[in-house]
Amino acid sequence: MMIDSQNFTPLAAASGGLLIGVAVAILLFFNGRIAGISGILGGLFNFRKHDVTWRVAFLGGLALSAAFWRLFADLPASQVDASLGTVFAAGVLVGVGTSYASGCTSGHGVCGLSRISPRSLVATLVFMATGMATVFVVRHVLGA
Amino acid sequence: MKKHLTHLKTVWFAFASGLVFGLGLILAGMANPAKVLGFLDIAGVWDPSLAFVMAGAILIGLFTFIVAKKRTQSFLGLPIQLPATKLIDKRLVLGSALFGIGWGLAGICPGPGIVLFGAGQEKGLVFVMALVIGVLIFKVLDRSR
Repeated sequence: MMIDSQNFTPLAAASGGLLIGVAVAILLFFNGRIAGISGILGGLFNFRKHDVTWRVAFLGGLALSAAFWRLFADLPASQVDASLGTVFAAGVLVGVGTSYASGCTSGHGVCGLSRISPRSLVATLVFMATGMATVFVVRHVLGA
Repeated sequence: MKKHLTHLKTVWFAFASGLVFGLGLILAGMANPAKVLGFLDIAGVWDPSLAFVMAGAILIGLFTFIVAKKRTQSFLGLPIQLPATKLIDKRLVLGSALFGIGWGLAGICPGPGIVLFGAGQEKGLVFVMALVIGVLIFKVLDRSR
C-alpha cells in the first residue's frame, strides 16, 4: 500500500474531526439530540409540530458553513469528479440506504462509534467496505 | 412562556452545532469529495486523512456520550434521546451497503453534500435533491410494507 503523502493532511484532518466532535457535544448537551445528518434530514419529512425548526436550523448552519468560512479565508479546493448523472444516482442511493440503515457517516460512524454501539460498528464496517469496493470497481476494474 | 424560550434556544444551539459541524468538515478536507475518494481508494495511492477525522471526532464523542449517559436531561432540561434499538438486521446491513455504494460513486455523504450545496456547487444541489428523493422513496416503500 502506498500512502498519498502529497494529499495526506493528518493535522488538519484531526483538528476538523475535533470540531465535529464539539458539534456533536453541543447538540447532545443542549438539545439532547444525536448529530446524525441523515436522521436530522429524514426527520423533517415526519412533519411533527415543534420538531421541524431545530432540524432546519441545524441543516441551515451546516449549509451556511462555507459562507461563514469565506468571511475569514478562502475555501479549500473541492472537486467532484463524478458526472451530474452519477452524482444524482449516488444521492438517491445514499438517501435510500441511510434511511434503511437509520444513519450515515455521522450518525453511525461518529456518534455510534462514540457510544460504542455494536450496531453502528457493523453499519460503519459495511458502508466503508462497499464504498471501498465501489471505488475499486470504478477506478481499477472499469478504469474510469 | 418558558417553554417557548427553551424552544428558541434549541433552534440557536442546533444552528451553532450545524455551523461548527460544517466548519469541521471544511477544515478536515471532507468537503472535498476527491479527498474522500482518496481514502476509499485503498488500491491506489491512499490518503488516510478520513480516518484521522473520525479519530478526532470520536475522541471528543467518547467523553460526550459518557457524560450524556449519566444525565437524564440536557442543559436546557430536555430529554436526552439516544437510539434505543440494538438490532443488527437486514435493514441495517443492506441499507448501509447501498449507502456505501452511493458514497463510493461520488465521494459525497450527507454532511459534505449539504456543505457543497450551501457553497453554491451545482453538483451539491443535485446531490441534495437526489438525497431528498431517496429519503422520500424510502418513506413510500416503508409505508406500503
